[in-house]
Amino acid sequence: MSKKLLLLGDEAIAQGAIDAGASGFYAYPGTPSTEIMEFVQHSKEAAERKIHRKWSANEKTAVEEAIGMSYAGKRSLAAMKHVGLNVAADAFVNSGITGANGGMLVVVADDPSMHSSQNEQDSRFYGKFAMIPVLEPSNQQEAYDMCFYGFEISEKFKIPVLLRITTRLAHSRSGVVRRKMKKQNEIKLPEDGRQYVLLPSISRKRYRKLIDRQKIFKEEAAGSSFNKYYDGDDKSLGIIACGLGFNYVMENFNNIPKYPVLKVCQYPAPRDKIKNIYDECDQLLFVEEGQPLLEEMVRGFLDPDSKRIKGRMDETLPYDGELTPHSVRIALGMESKAGNDVPEMVKGRPPAFCPGCPHINSFEAINAAVKDVYGDGHVFSDIGCYTLSAQPPYESINSCVDMGASITMAKGAADAGLFPSVAVIGDSTFTHSGITGLLDSSIENTNMVIFILDNSTTAMTGGQESHAYGRLDALCKGLGVKKEHLSTINPLPKNHDAFVKMIKEEIEYDGISVIIPTRECVVTLSKKKRAKRSKNK
Amino acid sequence: MKKDIILAGVGGQGILSIATIIGYVAVEEGLFLKQAEVHGMSQRGGDVQSHLRISDKEIYSDLVPAGTADLILSVEPMESLRYLPYLAEDGYLVTNTEPFVNITNYPEQEELDKEIKKLPRHVALPAVDFAKEAGTIRCTNIVMLGAASSFLGVPEEKLIEGIKVVFGNKGEKIVNTNLKAFELGRKFAEDNINL
Repeated sequence: MSKKLLLLGDEAIAQGAIDAGASGFYAYPGTPSTEIMEFVQHSKEAAERKIHRKWSANEKTAVEEAIGMSYAGKRSLAAMKHVGLNVAADAFVNSGITGANGGMLVVVADDPSMHSSQNEQDSRFYGKFAMIPVLEPSNQQEAYDMCFYGFEISEKFKIPVLLRITTRLAHSRSGVVRRKMKKQNEIKLPEDGRQYVLLPSISRKRYRKLIDRQKIFKEEAAGSSFNKYYDGDDKSLGIIACGLGFNYVMENFNNIPKYPVLKVCQYPAPRDKIKNIYDECDQLLFVEEGQPLLEEMVRGFLDPDSKRIKGRMDETLPYDGELTPHSVRIALGMESKAGNDVPEMVKGRPPAFCPGCPHINSFEAINAAVKDVYGDGHVFSDIGCYTLSAQPPYESINSCVDMGASITMAKGAADAGLFPSVAVIGDSTFTHSGITGLLDSSIENTNMVIFILDNSTTAMTGGQESHAYGRLDALCKGLGVKKEHLSTINPLPKNHDAFVKMIKEEIEYDGISVIIPTRECVVTLSKKKRAKRSKNK
Repeated sequence: MKKDIILAGVGGQGILSIATIIGYVAVEEGLFLKQAEVHGMSQRGGDVQSHLRISDKEIYSDLVPAGTADLILSVEPMESLRYLPYLAEDGYLVTNTEPFVNITNYPEQEELDKEIKKLPRHVALPAVDFAKEAGTIRCTNIVMLGAASSFLGVPEEKLIEGIKVVFGNKGEKIVNTNLKAFELGRKFAEDNINL
């Protein structure tokens, strides 16, 4: 037990929650959160403990399932990337009103700098909005420990807890010391049988209760060892460092800060501690990994230009992007240590389709039938590997907004009169959020062509199982797509001409057509082959 | 003892295996370690890097600060140069010279070689050739680990043990191929160290 495990931040959370007695994990893959569920799926202990660990259709179903498990008295964890919390927002925000029964953690991995995302929203704002406690670990050990603590306060205060991490912690490994494993809870229904019935008359009472309990959440955070003050001799500057930001401050001071530092890793933010450091120091620097949540609160509305406050809002630190040891160093007024510049000859190397990827053939056919005939501007796409078709040499697609938006945007454009209007969505994205859009479109028999690129996996995040597998045809028919306009094709080069002809015919049809190009992802396929080979050895 | 290392390459070139082996050794030696990796979109043929930090004292930052890397270990020559802002004044650059060309505006190899040779401390080797000699180009990453082995601050025999552990479940043949790859890289660096 004493030997350290070398774990990613994501894995530390997975192991932490397993050890803290979680009975169920619910998640949809999304960088940088995917490895939480993957770790649990590969964990022998999770198997022995019969912990639920199957992927959910999307983040909303994941959070709802976690609420259900908490309702039944057991500890549950829902995990997602930051934009996934938008999908789950209805359930998430209302879970603050219902409160929890068994401990419930919502783990959200933000992606500042947008390494693999469409925006860099800071989930701490969601925690504040839902008025629930938020934990923000600064390292892998804290991530592990906070699963124990998070479940404890969730049950003590009967409230879901948001555990917020960012890319650099999610995807960085370090040593983690485990604790003794806790037993799972037994089934135990909520004492109040109407706690989860959010009828207005009940909701008003529950909301009032949530407001009243803010005081307790604040007291808990104020006394928390995760919010820690470090004294420094030089009071010309005080530093408030949240989560990972704390590490970059310590790094630049060789682990012994010259200025007073307040490390904030639990919210609601500890007001007295912040007030103390504000009063004792001439200036205050906010080092937040994400958007300036605390900085904005402290600057306030009436004195936004205060010279006493520094941070992202006055660009002492860049407003956008993740923090780095270097950017914090510069913000601290220390000399840059950066080495030589990157030579000009070094060119960008954006991600690209893998050789042999079925999407290549699909976009060659789509370009031939759409762009080459009607010009650019007709193809609405979605989130997945196929979004790479925006880049040369394909430049096939005109949108990528949020999960499922291809079908619905194509419908809106078709409603406006755009012809042809084409949607391209992956199989897993379709079951995540495309189904409802297809229902809208089929009910109106909108004149559009929808491609569901079926590579039998959730490829972009590393090949997780797709809920769509083996169900696409039946799903489309069930949603009202006519079988004469529901086609499947293997997008092999030898089928190119037939594929192009098929697309042209469906464009001519005045109504909804669905084409499902089907061929397995090359990465998943070779993984399967390797696994088979090593099994046969 | 403190080593800050940037591992560089293109998605799929096996830099995470290098990190896993060094990480194994660090844990066995009772050292502190932080290792930031790239997952997700960039793994599809994009540039990838891993920040690997080893120390006998607690490490805070998961990222190597600019200008402090003791070593850039790259499996691809252009990628080795992408991280120069991280390299300390007295740091080493150890790189494979065989380009991985998957973009249309890739620089001329001669220009790359020249740029690498400008650095006062570098080891540049045709690691793919050595990997072929060892048995398969798939062990190019381990040739590079061998070439960098004297800069890592951990005992060489421990790295060899690490290779045996990490590749152990893939069979004896693969372990031996990788051990040979490691030795070829190590030997080259020993004979060609540019001081």
